[in-house]
Amino acid sequence: MTIIYVLIPLGLMLLAAAVWAFFWAVRNGQFDDLETPAWRILMDDDSKPPPEG
Amino acid sequence: MSATPCYHCGAPVPAQSPPTATVAGQSQTLCSEACARTAALIEARGLTEFYRFRDGPTGTASNRDTDSQRWQPFDRPALQNEFVVRRPDGLREAHLLLQGVRCAACTWLIESALGAAPGLKSISVDPLTTRASLCWDPQRVALSELLAQLARLGYTPVPYTEDATEQAARQERRVALQRLIVAGLGMMQVMSFAVALYLGAWRDPQIEAYLRLVSLLVSTPVVFYAGAPFFSGAWAGIRGGALGMDVPVALAVGGAWCASVWNTFVGTGEVYFDSATMFVFFLSAARFLEMTGRHRAMSLTGAMAQHLPRVATRLVAGQATQVGVMELEKGDRILVAPGQTLPADGALLSERASVDEALLTGESRPVSRRRGDALVAGSLNTDQVLEMSVVRVGADTLMAQIARLVGDAGARKPRLVEIADRVASWFVAAVLLAAATVALVWWQLAPERAFEIALAVLVVTCPCALALATPAAFTVATTSLARLGFMVRRRGALQNLSRITDMVFDKTGTLTDGQPVVADIQTWQSWSADQALAVAAALESRSSHPLAKAFPVTGTLPPVAEVRAVPGAGLEGSVAGRPYRIGTEAFATAWVSGSASTPDNQAAQRQVYLGDANGLLARFGLAEQQREGARQLTGQLARSGLDLRIFSGDQAGPVSALADTLGITHWRAALQPPEKLAAVEQLQGQGRIVAMVGDGINDSPVLAGADVSIAMGSGTSLAQHSADCVLMSDSLAPVWAAREVARRTLRIVRQNLAWAVAYNLVALPLAATGLLAPWMAALGMSASSLLVTGNALRLARLPASLDAGPATSALAAEPVAACCKKPAGAAS
Repeated sequence: MTIIYVLIPLGLMLLAAAVWAFFWAVRNGQFDDLETPAWRILMDDDSKPPPEG
Repeated sequence: MSATPCYHCGAPVPAQSPPTATVAGQSQTLCSEACARTAALIEARGLTEFYRFRDGPTGTASNRDTDSQRWQPFDRPALQNEFVVRRPDGLREAHLLLQGVRCAACTWLIESALGAAPGLKSISVDPLTTRASLCWDPQRVALSELLAQLARLGYTPVPYTEDATEQAARQERRVALQRLIVAGLGMMQVMSFAVALYLGAWRDPQIEAYLRLVSLLVSTPVVFYAGAPFFSGAWAGIRGGALGMDVPVALAVGGAWCASVWNTFVGTGEVYFDSATMFVFFLSAARFLEMTGRHRAMSLTGAMAQHLPRVATRLVAGQATQVGVMELEKGDRILVAPGQTLPADGALLSERASVDEALLTGESRPVSRRRGDALVAGSLNTDQVLEMSVVRVGADTLMAQIARLVGDAGARKPRLVEIADRVASWFVAAVLLAAATVALVWWQLAPERAFEIALAVLVVTCPCALALATPAAFTVATTSLARLGFMVRRRGALQNLSRITDMVFDKTGTLTDGQPVVADIQTWQSWSADQALAVAAALESRSSHPLAKAFPVTGTLPPVAEVRAVPGAGLEGSVAGRPYRIGTEAFATAWVSGSASTPDNQAAQRQVYLGDANGLLARFGLAEQQREGARQLTGQLARSGLDLRIFSGDQAGPVSALADTLGITHWRAALQPPEKLAAVEQLQGQGRIVAMVGDGINDSPVLAGADVSIAMGSGTSLAQHSADCVLMSDSLAPVWAAREVARRTLRIVRQNLAWAVAYNLVALPLAATGLLAPWMAALGMSASSLLVTGNALRLARLPASLDAGPATSALAAEPVAACCKKPAGAAS
């Protein structure tokens, strides 16, 4: 079972990466508003505004 | 009257030739040119999807607001200094409150319509809080142009400065989220190692030592980063001499971690890394949820809209220029248009004026002022353009003094010792005592095991369930009250609400809805009541006077012409070709001196008289309508043994009349804001626990000073900011529900605390005798925590008697829109 001497450090590295990614997202305000993005996808953006004069 | 409401804003459409607009291929009728322009704009931009997805009718801006000139002053650097952030890269950022934003469709409309504007870098709108943040390039587009575009879409922007508490709240939330994720991920890792250790899978001392070491590595950031608030809280508690719940928590986490580190390096005994990390995660999660609920209530209710305008019209040598209010100085002459809010304290220069000083008295009633009289910033000019000279601006105004009074009252408010903290302080003492006793006993029996077992006692008596007992119950109760439209903004509000002895109400806007209605009509000259009402409504339809709302437009109005307002007296004009006057008795009868009839004056009502060239035609007695649920609420509260009181800024007549109908014996009238606060503090001095319900700026100090306070959602934002709770519904009924839920919550908190203590009483002897393995401790802790949480979840179901049905699906959007409308002239 000496493999765990390699696998556990690998797992911990993944863990550190996950924590880092999450911190990055929090600092960029991705968790500040959890309501609007859910709605935004329902709105239809296909109808582009006609060119303005 | 046409049956179809305005396609855009939902208001009644005029009977004759309403404006129309073609939207998505269909012709729609609208109530006004402003709405027609907005609808046409939306059509022209190809954004008609908006009408399919929006929740309901949306707002329109007045003609004044869509005028680009109107927004020009916002390009002045002095004004921008107040709310615009200059970024290092040359871009600028501003936060705005948008009036009329109701739903995600509004967000989409604004973002799509403005998104393509040249020079605009980004715009984002939060439909819940109706806030927008705007980032633009000042070289390419002027702020005034962007504001005008927003106004043309029907959303009047109000510059808004995020206050310090709000920024702090967002920062707090971000940090808490980071801690929570560290605790969560760390806990899972440590638990997987712990399972391997429990099972003893490899029976290899080397691997076991390795697993312990890795657990130590992972648990250290969990304990010291994620768990940091517990340690700092505990330290603050110890220094402050008040042992709160953080002390036993820090003791258990710190104790478990230290013992495990010791055992890891010594290589004997047990490690409790799993228990320590699990505890940190459970508790962080509970506190995070509690905090989220509180912040949500705060952001929904507390948006401090501007009470004073930011722009004023200054007169210099007869020339009117628009300047920022902060640029005004003492002695400046300024003009205020009708319907606008006075930007500064000052003295009246015009001959006469009529202003609404609801700010001070809470009564929306215009009072007349003569040349030289003092005027107060924040009051509303009701009749004509007035000219005034500035005496005090900004922080010196009476308005700012009231805001300071709010701060002082909040600081003097009696401190609440949370029930859990009271339990915690003797819990700490008991645990320390038990650990010491156990160590001493084992010292006699087997000195080599004494240290290890004393540590086991500390770990096993982990106060996890104890620490979860209150946040779990309060979070669930707060959520279920929010469904009723009762938002809890501060910790401790529910606990205080459960033990109040007195409830004090404001009158106008709280027990009544503040809207005048015609209560009785007396007529002369063989006129009928309907006839008199029609003429009065026709005249008043041309007035922005608060009392004009008492005369609703029903059916088609007779043609009105030449309406002229006489400040402090009334209106004069011709209806169907005949001249009439409406207003005070003297004014209405002025055409015939010495009018024959002198109707009796009922003190409880306000009177409006209608007259023509032949004398009096009618007398309208106006009264305020009781708010829905007021009588039911006062009845229920009185029966449950509370003392009810009314503290009002209004005159004695109307107050006593209302007190009589509601069966309230204690009332006081004509109170100024500091007097209201003093009256409540006097009650508190007698040992009473006082709840205050109010809505106005004049109620704000007393709301801040009461043990628990409830502001009306339709009230001013300063009142909401000062209060512990905000009632979002139009009915007062949820106040009763809130009190009942608060009492049930406290009952459940007590049950939870009792259970947590009982669990510890069972676990302690096991630990003391050295029989408890770490996996038992971990299991016991999770089981007791689950039990406590499950018990708290019972609060999610309101008893049928309290649940007023799905009253508030529109809770998020509607009340916010309502409070944006309320501070009249906030946009000016």
